[in-house]
Amino acid sequence: MTNHWIDFKNSDCILIMGSNAAENHPICWKWVTRAQEAGATVIHVDPRYTRTSSKADMYVPLRSGSDIGVLGGMIKYIIDNDLTQKEYVLHYTNASFLVSKDFSFKDGLFSGFDEASRKYDKSSWAFEMDENGVPKRDMTLKDPRCVYQILKKHYERYDSKKVSAISGSPEDQLLAFYKAYTATGKADKSGTILYAMGWTQHTVGVQNIRAMSIIQLLLGNMGVAGGGVNALRGESNVQGSTDQALLFHIIPGYMATPRANWVTLEDYNKANTPASKDPKSVNWWQHKPKYFASLLKSFYKEADLPTAYNWMPKLDAGQNASWLVLFDKMLKGQFKGFFAWGMNPAASGADSNKTREALSKLDWMVNVNIFENETGSFWKGPGVDPKKIKTEVFFLPCAVSVEKEGSITNSGRWMQWRYAGPKPMGESKPDGDIIYELALKIRELYKKEKGAFPDPVLGLNVDDWGDGHVFDPHKVAKLINGYFLKDTTIKGADGKETVYKAGSQVPSFVMLQADGSTCSGNWIYTASYTDKGNMSARRDKTQTPEQAKVGLYPGWTWSWPVNRRVIYNRASVDMTGKPWAPQKPVLAWDEANKKWLIDVVDGGGAPGAKHPFIMQKHGMGQIYGPGLNDGPLPEYYEPLECPVTEHPFSKQLNSPVALMFAEDAHKRTTCDPRFPFVCTSYRVTEHWQTGVLTRWLPWLTEAQPQMFCEMSEELAELKGITNGEKVILENPRGQLWAIAIVTKRLKPFEVMGNPVHLIGIPWHYGWVWPKDGGDAANLLTPAVGDPNTGIPETKAFMVNVKKA
Amino acid sequence: MKLGRREFVKLTAAATAVTAFGGLGFDLAPTKAHAQLMSLRKGKETTSVCCYCSVGCGLIVTTDEKTGRAINIEGDPDHPINEGALCAKGAAIYQLAENPQRITKVQYRAPGSDKWEEKSWDWAITEIAKRVKKVRDESFTEKNAKGEVVNRTEGLASVGSAAMDNEECWIYQAFLRSLGLTYIEHQARI
Repeated sequence: MTNHWIDFKNSDCILIMGSNAAENHPICWKWVTRAQEAGATVIHVDPRYTRTSSKADMYVPLRSGSDIGVLGGMIKYIIDNDLTQKEYVLHYTNASFLVSKDFSFKDGLFSGFDEASRKYDKSSWAFEMDENGVPKRDMTLKDPRCVYQILKKHYERYDSKKVSAISGSPEDQLLAFYKAYTATGKADKSGTILYAMGWTQHTVGVQNIRAMSIIQLLLGNMGVAGGGVNALRGESNVQGSTDQALLFHIIPGYMATPRANWVTLEDYNKANTPASKDPKSVNWWQHKPKYFASLLKSFYKEADLPTAYNWMPKLDAGQNASWLVLFDKMLKGQFKGFFAWGMNPAASGADSNKTREALSKLDWMVNVNIFENETGSFWKGPGVDPKKIKTEVFFLPCAVSVEKEGSITNSGRWMQWRYAGPKPMGESKPDGDIIYELALKIRELYKKEKGAFPDPVLGLNVDDWGDGHVFDPHKVAKLINGYFLKDTTIKGADGKETVYKAGSQVPSFVMLQADGSTCSGNWIYTASYTDKGNMSARRDKTQTPEQAKVGLYPGWTWSWPVNRRVIYNRASVDMTGKPWAPQKPVLAWDEANKKWLIDVVDGGGAPGAKHPFIMQKHGMGQIYGPGLNDGPLPEYYEPLECPVTEHPFSKQLNSPVALMFAEDAHKRTTCDPRFPFVCTSYRVTEHWQTGVLTRWLPWLTEAQPQMFCEMSEELAELKGITNGEKVILENPRGQLWAIAIVTKRLKPFEVMGNPVHLIGIPWHYGWVWPKDGGDAANLLTPAVGDPNTGIPETKAFMVNVKKA
Repeated sequence: MKLGRREFVKLTAAATAVTAFGGLGFDLAPTKAHAQLMSLRKGKETTSVCCYCSVGCGLIVTTDEKTGRAINIEGDPDHPINEGALCAKGAAIYQLAENPQRITKVQYRAPGSDKWEEKSWDWAITEIAKRVKKVRDESFTEKNAKGEVVNRTEGLASVGSAAMDNEECWIYQAFLRSLGLTYIEHQARI
């Protein structure tokens, strides 16, 4: 999230789209209610009428996967009705930037598309630069090649009639929604978006979010109280695990995983460190070499930087090793060993049958979990003959969260320390202990026996992980923050020199060094655990009156970066430092003392001195985004499995660059009369993810005991299905039984003149437990993904339903 | 006066059961007698954070000083986000920790077997370490097809976990990367 949970109360208009917040992030609803009590409008746009819809002031139905139509329609509405926050758009976004003459868009494709490789050459999307490499600008926003005019031209096609025809959202409801939300374009009003998997789990997932980011920039809603782009993440520490980079493409702190074509550390730094000659651009990533060097030292404290870089494993240039690729390779027999650590891919991965078959190709698996699950026990799953499965499985029992000490980071970037209550039950152990013991054992083997390139294994800094036997979360938290490896003298902003002794904690990432004299496991966590103590364990609710007004709680736990609570907050004030919304500022300029008050300012300097979007090279909010794999502007494409053969915006039916696998093509269908119903997957309050941590709890399972599917009364009548009877859902990928819930809350969509029916399924069940509870929704979902993130399209695919 | 949770609890405990409910028209004497016969358990309170969604609700965990097991887990009223409230899942965390169906010993499934066997930690860590080393040694690649240095193993892969603490996630990715893994993924990707 750019903002945080409590901040929702400050909003004038809360849009919930791609999310069922009331049911899946229930406690956050407190803050939505407080906004409503203060007069805010809450709008829910969703394929189903849920508890979120019932609490909203406005509900607009939309067909799964048609979000860019609806959002594109809002962009057009804003432009046509002149509702932008003009000063903000002109000075804080790239609306005025000129785009290359070579850029073009025609019939659903941007310039530079290569049919054979199914990839874009993005060079024609670049900005037109001046002699300093700074984008040329047209401050009148009239030049046909300025971003604003390109934006206007792009969304001309997205009139409300076309949008309504493809999304199934009634036109009058769309217009009422647009009117209400775009009222937040007024300088002192803010609107916020709460989104989740309903936006990410699509082959256009990133562009869904981009479309909303464009809207938020046009309306001046970024960086302000009650504004922002707020991802409601799904797991207690998925924010933290992403920050710590348990993903193929990044290393901790959102730096790129080294690639083979960046041969040396210098090559890496050159390729990954943006430079800007614009004196007003803070261009924070210019400091990347300091963060990368400090990370290398946190891994390999005794090695010099070039050696440490050499030891880091490299991806090939352009290589994709994301989830869907991983399981595709697993099916092809690439992996001998596999760790399913606190994960249940046999139920959570798209195309469960593909995933489960892939697991059978492994020589061995390590399955760390609290309960038995569909992954560790795949060898005795439905239809599986254990005698035919060679895979060894080591099930390692781990501790429950309340049995261990450490920190987790919520969706609002709050790093929160928690303590151990009961001891780990039986012989279960905290994951940290297990990892530590395994690492030490492997090192022992490499010390005793010869083996492949032992250097990085033996050189790994495990000293800071514990005492040689027991994992110590405090030691690791301090390493993640970082400390000085040598006595270091640093001159502060006031000109005063301070000596930081070797071993002392680095107080802030501004003090991290590129020369190897500091180590830091993750620069965005620097300042979280300093010599003053563990900031994430703080429970101080002291606030100044201004902080209390917007609910910042700066003394409660710690948020990254540097305890900033609302990021991009520089954009919350005008060029003179005056808040756009004086009744709910997150920043105020104290002219007398020449400092910023309320929140931690995003990028220092006096008002107007710096562009506010400091993580962007050019310092501006990106309305036009030339770096993504599927285009600089969101464009409408149908989900890969869709119920139509065409849509009104272009002849390009689907994303031309979506991630997919040729071998799975025979399992995908579009407009196939055998599988005519759109299916979408979602969650219920009582269960969580694949249900491994909820299906075993009687209090929860008694409320939600079995796999069900929801359908409209119209669909039920069509198929002769009655409420409560068992049905079978199926498509070429798999089959699933479910208890039918026939409800008024789902209605058919009128799409391009034809009714399109929706079936909804929760994805919490698995064959292991409870018996007769049902199996995974992912038996039906396709292994196709977003071209930027690789996230599978599990929110819109085609199925058939019939009586069991 | 502003009544915090602890002040409220102290007040109600101070009043005797009979007088607090006096005037309700029924006799609580036998209940009071029974209540006095029930053994009290002494617990230690610690704070935690819910392990389910990403709201990050605060918890108060009470652990029995004798048995070392949780007696009660409820919302932390001092936490500014949840203010003591919990949804159904958070409210059920007690049953996650105190669950007789938890696996509490290492289990091993042999090739072709139809059952689990109980093993010791020492055995499991040693056997896993041996296998990691074997696969790494057999699949470690110094240079790719282009002759560029890659120093990786593509014979091992890992998924997990958004359910681990930051400190655990960090050492896990460092551990995997030090072995040369590139196929590292988890919940954030799906």
